[in-house]
Amino acid sequence: MSATSIWERVIPVWLALMALLGITVFGAYQPVGTFNLLLALGIAVAKIALVALFFMRLREPDPLLRLAAGAAGLWILFLFSLSFVDLLTRPAPSQPGVVTPRSEAPPARAEGSRAF
Amino acid sequence: MSEALRKPWLSLQRQREATSFGLWVFLATEAMFFAAAILAYGFYRTLFPGPFVAAARESAIGYGTANTAILLTSSLFMAAGAEAARAGLRRMALRCLLLTILLGAAFLVVKGFEYAKDIGEGLMPGPFFRLDVPRAQFFWSFYWVATGVHAVHLAVGMVATGTLLLQAWWRSRSLASPAFEAVALYWHFVDAVWVLLFALIYLPGRS
Repeated sequence: MSATSIWERVIPVWLALMALLGITVFGAYQPVGTFNLLLALGIAVAKIALVALFFMRLREPDPLLRLAAGAAGLWILFLFSLSFVDLLTRPAPSQPGVVTPRSEAPPARAEGSRAF
Repeated sequence: MSEALRKPWLSLQRQREATSFGLWVFLATEAMFFAAAILAYGFYRTLFPGPFVAAARESAIGYGTANTAILLTSSLFMAAGAEAARAGLRRMALRCLLLTILLGAAFLVVKGFEYAKDIGEGLMPGPFFRLDVPRAQFFWSFYWVATGVHAVHLAVGMVATGTLLLQAWWRSRSLASPAFEAVALYWHFVDAVWVLLFALIYLPGRS
């Protein structure tokens, strides 16, 4: 493979990455509310996909490498989905950082089966 | 020129596959390591969205954007360098690896200026923290830990790339060695982590 053919393969990817960087910085200054976060994360994922597919050669059909990369993605998906299912479905009083005042009444006397 | 093929492999093709697979398994553990830190960020940003955006507004987006461009460009040269090594283009491989290391050093220099500015502005969590937004220290704790760990990874990548560069220079390592591809995978991974950190640290709170 010649030097020219190598550059012809990698420079378009780099140009796309730099264009995405420009778009994401420009987009961050546009007042579009929640869409700012979606845009920033979406472009970050697109850039990572470009790097993984072209620079890290995941585009080539090698099942072993795709398996290793996919396994990491799957376990990270578990990590995030289980954590956020817990966070987003808790009632407010049991959220971390919430301090409930201690009851003023003295603790009930232990009697009967509670005494054990 | 030393032989690229090592024991116990029967062919260079198999050795190449094993090297890439081993590196990818390592990168999978690295990805989960960074994912834990980013999960903490996501958790606290969900709980305290206002303070996180207010704290993120204090980050130096100029330095951050420059560093993203530097790192993406270093990945370009690393990708070209690894391909050149595989194709046996010695001069191109050496030049590209050298440029990759120089761009990595440029990233760390810019990062150093940014850290100095952050410390000068009282953005180090602790008794001298300047922002009086409650919970803003959560964001800045993430900033220091995540960017610090990332910088360590980048420095490791520079040492690994420099080692390969010297070995190729002295002809003690064949250009056909899969090690070039391995160090390139690691470098691109560190680049990808930065792309995500850039979106989480510098972009919120600008509009």
